[in-house]
Amino acid sequence: MRTLDALIVESPVFKGLGQDELELVAGCASNTVFAAGERLFREGDPADTFFLIRHGLVALDAYVPNRGQLTVETVGPGEIVGWSWLLPPYRWHFTGRAVELVRAVQFDGACLRKKCDEDPLLGYDLLTRFAQVLVSRLQATRLQLMDIYGDKHD
Amino acid sequence: MPTEAGSEPAVLAAEDVDALLDALRDEGYRVVGPTVRDGAIVYAELTGASALPAGWTDEQAPASYRLVPRADRALFGYAVGPHSWKQELLPPRVRLWQARRNGGGLAVEEDPAAFEPTAFVGVRPCELAAIAIQDRVFLGGRFQDRDYAARRSDVFLVAVDCGDPSSLCFCTSVGGGPGATDGYDLALTELLDGRHRFLVRAGSPSGEAMLAKLPVTTASAADLEAARHVVARAARDMEGRFDSTDLHDLLLRNLESPRWDEVAERCLTCGNCTLVCPTCFCTHVEDASALDGSTAERTRVWDTCFSVQYAEMHGGNTRPTPRARYRQWLTHKLATWEDQFGSLGCVGCGRCIAWCPVGIDIREEVRSIRAEEEEHAHA
Amino acid sequence: MTPLPYRVVRKRRENHDNWTLELEPVAESIDPIGPGQFTMLYAFGVGEVPISTSGDLETSGANLVHTIRAVGAVTKALCAAGPGDVLGVRGPFGNTWPIEEARGHDLVVVGGGVGLPPLRPAIYHALAHRGDFGRLVVLYGGRTPDDLLFRKELERWRSRLDTVVEVSVDAAGPGWSGSVGVVTKLIPGAPLDPDDAVAFVVGPEIMMRFTARALIDRGLAPERIWISMERTMRCGVGLCGHCQLGPTLICRDGPVYRWDELAPLLGVQEL
Repeated sequence: MRTLDALIVESPVFKGLGQDELELVAGCASNTVFAAGERLFREGDPADTFFLIRHGLVALDAYVPNRGQLTVETVGPGEIVGWSWLLPPYRWHFTGRAVELVRAVQFDGACLRKKCDEDPLLGYDLLTRFAQVLVSRLQATRLQLMDIYGDKHD
Repeated sequence: MPTEAGSEPAVLAAEDVDALLDALRDEGYRVVGPTVRDGAIVYAELTGASALPAGWTDEQAPASYRLVPRADRALFGYAVGPHSWKQELLPPRVRLWQARRNGGGLAVEEDPAAFEPTAFVGVRPCELAAIAIQDRVFLGGRFQDRDYAARRSDVFLVAVDCGDPSSLCFCTSVGGGPGATDGYDLALTELLDGRHRFLVRAGSPSGEAMLAKLPVTTASAADLEAARHVVARAARDMEGRFDSTDLHDLLLRNLESPRWDEVAERCLTCGNCTLVCPTCFCTHVEDASALDGSTAERTRVWDTCFSVQYAEMHGGNTRPTPRARYRQWLTHKLATWEDQFGSLGCVGCGRCIAWCPVGIDIREEVRSIRAEEEEHAHA
Repeated sequence: MTPLPYRVVRKRRENHDNWTLELEPVAESIDPIGPGQFTMLYAFGVGEVPISTSGDLETSGANLVHTIRAVGAVTKALCAAGPGDVLGVRGPFGNTWPIEEARGHDLVVVGGGVGLPPLRPAIYHALAHRGDFGRLVVLYGGRTPDDLLFRKELERWRSRLDTVVEVSVDAAGPGWSGSVGVVTKLIPGAPLDPDDAVAFVVGPEIMMRFTARALIDRGLAPERIWISMERTMRCGVGLCGHCQLGPTLICRDGPVYRWDELAPLLGVQEL
């Protein structure tokens, strides 16, 4: 069974993390499980955590009046859910729901933010890694916006 | 000038041109050739040699065409008019078939190709080249155009060498020349020094057979020399020449040249150029049914890549702007035609320049693109 | 070439605006059609459109199977036809999927929206000759769950132990427990060997561009990615000029093209 450290450093977002930094990050991490249908976080709530998905699918939902609950994206194994902990106002932008059984590494964002304040180099490294996550999310969202399956409906 | 068919060139007196036209008619050909109508030299059915544009020449410039009297009585002393032979080989409207719903089925009846054997008289060498180009499109691929094939097989070509290219002619810049070299049944060179006469040479067995019927005399060395001179002088004095080096790659390297934006501001996308161009061949089909829905028919009609509907697809339009459509036309004609059909699409006749209402000159467009590229390279 | 009469023998609604028609020849039939090829389907008195074959070519015999989206006058007329009605068919035209190139390799098939039908004959072939291929991965993306084509079949294929099927939609309401996001998202995690895989991709041009990019990022060679192009067509036989894309005539040289050969042309706007 792999240790938390191994899980963290093998993930795409934390790949190549130095030993010292890994210890700092792992110190804020713990394993967690969500049952199918369970909510991980709610839109608008304070965002003090983020998740590295090990297994399963998490849906990011928004409630749209007249249309009901809409899933705008699903996030799977190896991916990160949550970057709102890093930037003010530190609030969730969407509701996270486990589509099926989800096993994840949960990180205490508030704890990590404090460590970044104390260690700017760690802060810079984490910010760079999360900027990458944001960029790929942005690209994917733009593609979704472009409606690439095209052909306008009549 | 020995001919492909092997017989020696002969001389036909100008007053005996009627004999040629009569002989063609006797053979069962409908005779179509140049005649003056509405201030232009167009192709129409000829009643006799008197219908030919004797003593007329054309003065052409961008957006300008006018007939001007000559000092002599030359029968073919002009360059080219707005018509081309595609109106005979690829008519503007042709019904392809009719369909009928019958019981549980569908019966489709192809229209027979309604074409009488026709003699084209006065075919310029650039027009021979244009016909050869369209032959490659319609007969040279995996699928042939049935209607074009039927028409093409029943045509007798009487070519006439060019003695008077217009200022817009540039056949020598696109691999052609003012003298007919092949692809004809008979070829004439008009000689105006001394006796008004024509050097006549046969280019095929049908041409040979026709030549044998004409009141010709043997050509002398002087006649041959005079004919050679007419063609050589026409080539030498062709002011419309332009630099066509590396044309294909030049255009395809410069698909984003600012020149395209510039020409788009002038181009009306009227499609005149595609109408008069002897090689433009785009068509579309119209499907229609009778009001009671029992019969339907399909008609093939000329189309132009300048029309906004040309590239319409269910998802939108792949060439919505005039810039894109002008670029499509020019790059197809001078570059990608080669990739698609193995030869250049342009024969250098200059019609598109004369008949463009705003005088867009494709030679000028190419020159500018080349200059623009050079400027960039040195910048 | 005139249309040959074909009778509708089966009609199946795939989603709100897509139907699959199975046609049998009334008398004479066209030459056998290959995967990737298309026919010009004629709706009496209305017109013709190019439609790719979407059937199982080893079992359909002389019958033709076409999945059509009702989006214009002709396609609406075709989709309004029912069993017993007679349509006209010309073809087959175009080139085929290079199945030979994929034999012995992993085959990944990526469809977007109405791009899945032209891929289906290739998928059927791979399933029928499963041992000839390495991994078989089918990735499919659509706007919403309601827009997906061939859902039951996708589920059937997915239930096979030797086939991977992943589907993703752009947006979903409750009731969808699958992936949400563009189909390119499915590429980084797809189980295939990038050094060995051959890809067939069909969808709107923009989807094919981004998919090819994602496949190349994953490590696939551009020469092993094949797409199917679409342009306005009138004659289908290279004589009317409409389907030109730069130096190529799609009805004659395509619709299947190798990505690296076509990519430069697709990069020129409004070509």
